[in-house]
Amino acid sequence: MNDIVRRDPRSEWIARNRLHPEHDAVLARMGGGAPAAQWMGPNGVIRRDPHAVGFIGPNGIRRIDRSGAQSAGAGGAARREAAAAPARRRVDIDTPAFFIAVVADMPGGRLSAHDRDLLGLARQLADAETDGAVLLVSFGDPRETGLGEAGVDRVLNFAGEQFEGYAPELRLTALGGVERQHAPRHWLFPDSPLGGAELGRRFAARLGERPATQVWQIADGRCTGRGAAGASDITRELPRIVLALPECAEPVADTVHAAEAIAPPAALPQALRRVEDLGAVAVDPAGVALAEAEFILSAGNGIHDWDGFHQAARVLGATEGASRVAVDNGFMPRHRQVGATGTWVTARVYLSAGISGAVQHLQGIQQCDKVVAINTDAGCDMVKRADLAVIADTGEVLAALVELVEGGRKEQRNAA
Amino acid sequence: MRREDIKQVQGLKVAALVSVGRHPVTGRPRRADFDARAVEMGLSLVAPENMSLLHAGECSPERESALRGYLGMGIGALDVLDQPPEADIVPALEARLREMGARLVLCGARGEMGEASGLVPFLLAERLGWSLVSGLAQIESVDGDSMTVLQALPRGQRRRLKVRLPAVVTVDAAAQAARQSAYGPARRGELRRIEGEVTPDAAARDWNTAPAKKRPKRLKIVKAASARDRFKAAAAKAEGGGGQVLTGLSPQAGAEAILKLLREEGVLR
Ligand SMILES: Cc1cc2nc3c(=O)[nH]c(=O)nc-3n(C[C@H](O)[C@H](O)[C@H](O)COP(=O)(O)OP(=O)(O)OC[C@H]3O[C@@H](n4cnc5c(N)ncnc54)[C@H](O)[C@@H]3O)c2cc1C
Repeated sequence: MNDIVRRDPRSEWIARNRLHPEHDAVLARMGGGAPAAQWMGPNGVIRRDPHAVGFIGPNGIRRIDRSGAQSAGAGGAARREAAAAPARRRVDIDTPAFFIAVVADMPGGRLSAHDRDLLGLARQLADAETDGAVLLVSFGDPRETGLGEAGVDRVLNFAGEQFEGYAPELRLTALGGVERQHAPRHWLFPDSPLGGAELGRRFAARLGERPATQVWQIADGRCTGRGAAGASDITRELPRIVLALPECAEPVADTVHAAEAIAPPAALPQALRRVEDLGAVAVDPAGVALAEAEFILSAGNGIHDWDGFHQAARVLGATEGASRVAVDNGFMPRHRQVGATGTWVTARVYLSAGISGAVQHLQGIQQCDKVVAINTDAGCDMVKRADLAVIADTGEVLAALVELVEGGRKEQRNAA
Repeated sequence: MRREDIKQVQGLKVAALVSVGRHPVTGRPRRADFDARAVEMGLSLVAPENMSLLHAGECSPERESALRGYLGMGIGALDVLDQPPEADIVPALEARLREMGARLVLCGARGEMGEASGLVPFLLAERLGWSLVSGLAQIESVDGDSMTVLQALPRGQRRRLKVRLPAVVTVDAAAQAARQSAYGPARRGELRRIEGEVTPDAAARDWNTAPAKKRPKRLKIVKAASARDRFKAAAAKAEGGGGQVLTGLSPQAGAEAILKLLREEGVLR
């Protein structure tokens, strides 16, 4: 069946006109053969059938919708579904006239919010003329599935472990290869510490072009960026290389693009390797500020074995957090409280143990990427928010987790 | 780290590029915070005699008192390359650094006045052909031709790097805070003015500089056809966003599922 909505203006008009002689018949027809909920009785009195009103909701309860959406006639349900998931317009660019290159940070292989803003900005620049395409340049293992929704037309990924870690010189030669092959009209970098901020400045110095930094607005071919440590605004012609701040543009919301992979330049010149990455240094997770911790293990009222909890945090290498109840009861210090009256956290993984998920708590974890819940109550709000929920006793699960991790480490040590 | 723990490196010539900062509240000139941290890092590495301070810019009395703030950290002299405000300072700095024979140049991540784009270290490293590392937290050791440093990553993490010398490094808020500037040494210290070639900065001439405007706050835009949908979106509580719920598992199986996710996300070390 096709889902084109066919309207019949005449019957709609009759349905609105209660005094029309065909009113009842038309209403019955539009109701999809369902009995009319209201009709004129033989004595001129309006009769109502309460059972014919409304519809059965998804959880088996009769819902009455007085917004008019339901009585708009047959096809209403289909139309409502369409409204719930607004279809994105598909845009394909077969032969790009020019490229706008975006070098995304992609921490953990996924687009960050900053990357998405930048792609939105690139989209604006690309759509200013016909057949402009957004080229995403990324390094390392890509794990993002929604590149097309973020507005990417072409993807150029440099995979391989030599690009992992801190390899600015190698990445720089890779970007040089892209520059020679595709000559993008603009290069956009996120102005984020150690990510695009460094790579973008290196790249600009290599090309000998002056970039615009800390840009937060682009309009009419001019860009505005912060200067003097955020105290002034500098407006200038839009240069080729732009380093933009978060929220420089709205992310793409109503189109979906091809995100077609293209091969990276085959032969890259040998990069001079003057900086060698010796790997991450173990830092004490307890010393990391809660607001910037990457991985948080958070405790709520459902924790009974506190020693076990602290041990789990130590073994997993997680920073400890807590709900307000755990803090109020004196089990955790106040500066560990997550939520509206505590700290707004930005962890990539938030593991909550025995937390029910009160709104005040959920507000604090809005920006977390992955939420894992351990709780005995499958119906609580934290489980609804979580990407993975385990319905079990926290003490037992944490103990099993500790055992697994320590067992794995022992095996590694034996094998080595 | 305690100061006594640090081994001073013999025979290493270190230069720190310093600029005039601006107090964020009062707007008065002061020593720039990141630059002062860079000087502090240099002093943890070499004796004050082997450390030279370099500033390029004009030298008005107000700026001079700000520059003397660096001398108050225990260094005898500061070289000021006389440059008008509209000059491009990179060629002058490059020439001076080549002359001095410094092997390590410390810079603040970005200035506090003017464009403050943080580009100078990058341009210098590119022109000199030196290595560059940004966002240093600490220099652990220097031996012969290379040094081992700790780089500050977001989220409080650190990364150890081995960097070939000569190098330009930048320092930001993750490095150790600068010591106080003492008034006496600041007065006594010497500001050596050095005349040099001036390269005008042509590109910056037609820029428009204004006091920073407050950025508009991003609104949450709800695309909905009817008022009812908009209301529902505004009042919505967290809904099940396709999360996976595991019920009736043994604790071991649950722990395994969690462990799998932690490994996938790469947060487990
Ligand atoms: C003005 C105001 C501000 C607030 N600000 C904050 C804030 O910033 N941060 C904050 O966290 N709270 C805040 N609160 C409190 C908030 O409303 C909740 O009371 C609190 O978050 C609940 O904490 P909880 O989930 O740990 O406890 P509970 O709601 O008691 O939840 C405990 C959970 O643990 C589970 N559980 C119990 N035993 C086990 C077990 N053995 N194994 C597994 N699961 C188990 C239960 O099923 C339950 O879901 C605020 C409240 C107010 C009024």
